[in-house]
Amino acid sequence: MNSVLNDRANPQRWSLTKALRKIHIDAVLLLGLLTLLGAGLVILYSAGDQSQALMIRQLTRMAAAFFVMLLISNIHPDRMRDSSYWLYGAGLILLVGVLAFGHEGKGAQRWLDLGFFRFQPSELMKLAVPLLVATYLAERPLAPTVFRLIVGLIMIVLPSLLIAKQPDLGTSLLIASSGLIVIFLSGISWRIIIGFATVCTAALPVLWYVMHDYQKQRVLTFLNPESDPLGSGYHIIQSKIAIGSGGVFGRGWLEGTQSQLAFLPERSTDFIFAVIAEEFGLLGVGMLLLLYLFIAARGLYIASQAQTSFARLLAGSISMTFLVYVFVNVGMVTGLLPVVGVPLPLVSYGGTSMVTLLAGFGILMSIHTHRRMMSP
Amino acid sequence: MSSRFTLKDHFRESRLINERLIFAALIAGLLFLIVMVRLSVLQVVEHEHFNTLSNQNRVDITPLPPQRGLIFDRNGVILAENIPTFSLELTPENVLDLDSTLAELALLFSMTDEEIVDIKGRIKRQRGFRQFVFRQRLTEQEVAVFSVNRHRFPGVDVVGRLIRHYPQGALFAHTIGYVGRINERDQKRIDAQNYKGTQQIGKTGIERYYEDLLHGQVGHKQVETNVQGRIVREIKSTPSTAGQDLFLHLDVNLQRVAAQELGEYNGAVVALDPKTGGVLAMVSKPDFDPNLFVSGISTKNYSVLRDSLDRPLFDRTLRGHYPPGSTLKPFVALAGLELGLVDEHTESFCPGWFSLPGQDHRYRCWKSHGHGKVDLKTSISQSCDVYFYDLANALGIDRLHGFLDLFGFGHRTGVDVPSESRGLSPSSEWKRTRRNQAWFPGETVISGIGQGFNQTTPIQLAQATATLAMRGVNVSPHVARASRKTSDSELQLISSKVSEALPMESSQNWEAVIDSMVEVVHGQRGTARHVGKGLPFKMAGKTGTAQVFGIKQDEKYDAETLAKKLHDHALFTAFAPADKPEIVIAIVVENGGSGSRMAAPIARKIIEQYFGITADE
Repeated sequence: MNSVLNDRANPQRWSLTKALRKIHIDAVLLLGLLTLLGAGLVILYSAGDQSQALMIRQLTRMAAAFFVMLLISNIHPDRMRDSSYWLYGAGLILLVGVLAFGHEGKGAQRWLDLGFFRFQPSELMKLAVPLLVATYLAERPLAPTVFRLIVGLIMIVLPSLLIAKQPDLGTSLLIASSGLIVIFLSGISWRIIIGFATVCTAALPVLWYVMHDYQKQRVLTFLNPESDPLGSGYHIIQSKIAIGSGGVFGRGWLEGTQSQLAFLPERSTDFIFAVIAEEFGLLGVGMLLLLYLFIAARGLYIASQAQTSFARLLAGSISMTFLVYVFVNVGMVTGLLPVVGVPLPLVSYGGTSMVTLLAGFGILMSIHTHRRMMSP
Repeated sequence: MSSRFTLKDHFRESRLINERLIFAALIAGLLFLIVMVRLSVLQVVEHEHFNTLSNQNRVDITPLPPQRGLIFDRNGVILAENIPTFSLELTPENVLDLDSTLAELALLFSMTDEEIVDIKGRIKRQRGFRQFVFRQRLTEQEVAVFSVNRHRFPGVDVVGRLIRHYPQGALFAHTIGYVGRINERDQKRIDAQNYKGTQQIGKTGIERYYEDLLHGQVGHKQVETNVQGRIVREIKSTPSTAGQDLFLHLDVNLQRVAAQELGEYNGAVVALDPKTGGVLAMVSKPDFDPNLFVSGISTKNYSVLRDSLDRPLFDRTLRGHYPPGSTLKPFVALAGLELGLVDEHTESFCPGWFSLPGQDHRYRCWKSHGHGKVDLKTSISQSCDVYFYDLANALGIDRLHGFLDLFGFGHRTGVDVPSESRGLSPSSEWKRTRRNQAWFPGETVISGIGQGFNQTTPIQLAQATATLAMRGVNVSPHVARASRKTSDSELQLISSKVSEALPMESSQNWEAVIDSMVEVVHGQRGTARHVGKGLPFKMAGKTGTAQVFGIKQDEKYDAETLAKKLHDHALFTAFAPADKPEIVIAIVVENGGSGSRMAAPIARKIIEQYFGITADE
């Protein structure tokens, strides 16, 4: 594994790698992402009722997201650091704007209608929060002081609350965790981490109090899916049937009855993992999860090789958040976690999150390819 | 790289972060393991169980919508019921090709492209696994035609359903209201879980106000279906709980008489039981057939109702704003008595007009050559305007406003039918804050006869008259009397609040005003003397004629030359028996001309019906 992750093992043989590197593309990450996106398309074809229109739309989005990734990988990490306060500030203003004049979709106010296209400021925050927290903490020697820790926490909590209010609990929690990962990586002492975890556990009842009714419903349904077989319990029941019936080898591509006969709701978006599990079995999902792990591992490697603390923190956070995404989605589809509405990264149908995710990988590539080489 | 830090610091930091990165990688591995264990449990250990569920039979969960509660009048006559019909329903997720299916269905049921486009839009706006009602009230022939072709339409089925029906048709259109398809606005005010499977929701009137009571609780059944989606066996079912039945104060016979007597005129009739506040009749004309709305009204029918200048959808009893005209006089008189400005014997001279001191403008009495000498009783019974111009001027608008407030003028009555309006009882403060204008004495003068800014709704007028009839005991009008859970359970009364008696100086004042109102109906020169003959008890009443169109100083009101829309509104308020009131009536006949000629006879008919008196002895 180390030889694949470490592209400097034999600089002479990897000439394509070097060429790509000139245009700030990391070949290993690119390979992982292309494999994942390709697998995603194959699955989507089955989950989306073999609709060509759906495929074309998804492909268009992929192309656009890829373009964004290439664009960002060509920006020097220092420029990103310089603009982090601006990005974060603009994101906050937009979030307030969404609450004030946002466009409602499916009962939540998340979109900002700019006339020519609709934009979700919470997506911007997914990158702006870890970027800012990493910038801020890396300004002074690590580990951070208690004061800087508190300021960092405020930077995280502010947008998270605004997004939770839209309401979009899933995204809010993901953004909060991306920031918290930065803080964790920055080396705060274990005593603080354990103390914080204790406080969080104690705060759960408070969270219950501020949650929307539908969110409470989801948690209750999660604890006992049978209590609401018509509502979100229906999703979990059907999704477990789909996964369980897949067995070790799966029913085969386009052969999943739960998926193809439409028993499984939201099968091309949030519940697409159940389609994979039904049609490709434990082997298929195992390979998919390994692919995710490979991409994240490459990200962590890039973090460990980065040359500034800022870049390490940022790269580490982006890679880990990516895994958290996968875990939250898979956990929700398999009934380990409540249904919070988080798509399976880079596989679920839908555009906005794909752009953000690939933009994140653009940052990783930029960090890795802008290093000043000590040796050729 | 920041140059502020020493190289040594940087290495220390790198080591610190790298330690954490390794820890993070361990966590990632752990998460991966957890997920793999979970997947193995589902896919290996429990594989057989899920495979059975998925392969041979499939679990399907269908909601069992509750039956909507029935609505009865006070005699047990049914006003809203549920009748069985067949409808064609479509589950979008199970339809292979929506466009071609819709196109073929359109051919089968000869529907227009426009309707199909509309249906397509509605299907897109809902969740794919929810059933969509494509067409309601299928005829037997349509059911037969579809059944023959059923194999061509996977995902489409004929379903038997109960739908709402109003056997009395237009008679209770405004008060009972109607149910209709649940739209996006409704979605926000309902518990989505409880409305799974429910197609209709109360849109207006009692149907809306008591939606929670009438709807009931959804049930569901889990069934096993085979690959074709046919039900093989029922696993378990939780039955739905039917909505509660409602019993109203309304009396279908009174309602019918009131509607008949209004005839072709637009207007409103409200009859109350002054002791309980129970609404006995509530008619707004013109009306419409609420059954049209139940299964979705066609755009054509709807635009006819919406665009009609007579506004049939508008509930005049609750939202119609009318100047109360002379029906306000008993309240003004009571104010004068209570504040000691006049007593029963105070006399005033009516030359046919009134002028404020130092002004030329003549406020005219309806009787152009004047009533001569009038006191409280004659001024009410003959509806002398000059007496009340004078009295209102002495009271001043703010004292008058404060007094009318006690009777609920300018306030919602709180009746249990939605979207009631407030009306308007003016004061100098109102005019200053809302219009930013000073109050003029002349406006006080015409307020004394219920003209000017005064606007009341018929239900308000009925409530105020009921308070008067009960000598100051205020009740809030209520349409629903009781509810019951099932047909063999006890009735549960829906209480309406009865507030304390109004604070009044002397009970004699009530009797003085009520005596004058009796004189209106039974006196020799009473304005409604023609409706009082042959009653076994005394009835109290007050006629009113409200101006719609201002007449200039030197002009005369001439019905012949005025367009019908500009004719005066005819009003009448009444209660009977005068000493122990059982029924209170308020009537507005739009453009009816004279209150005594148009409105009073309607009250007489209602009272005959209520007390079972046969007309003409």
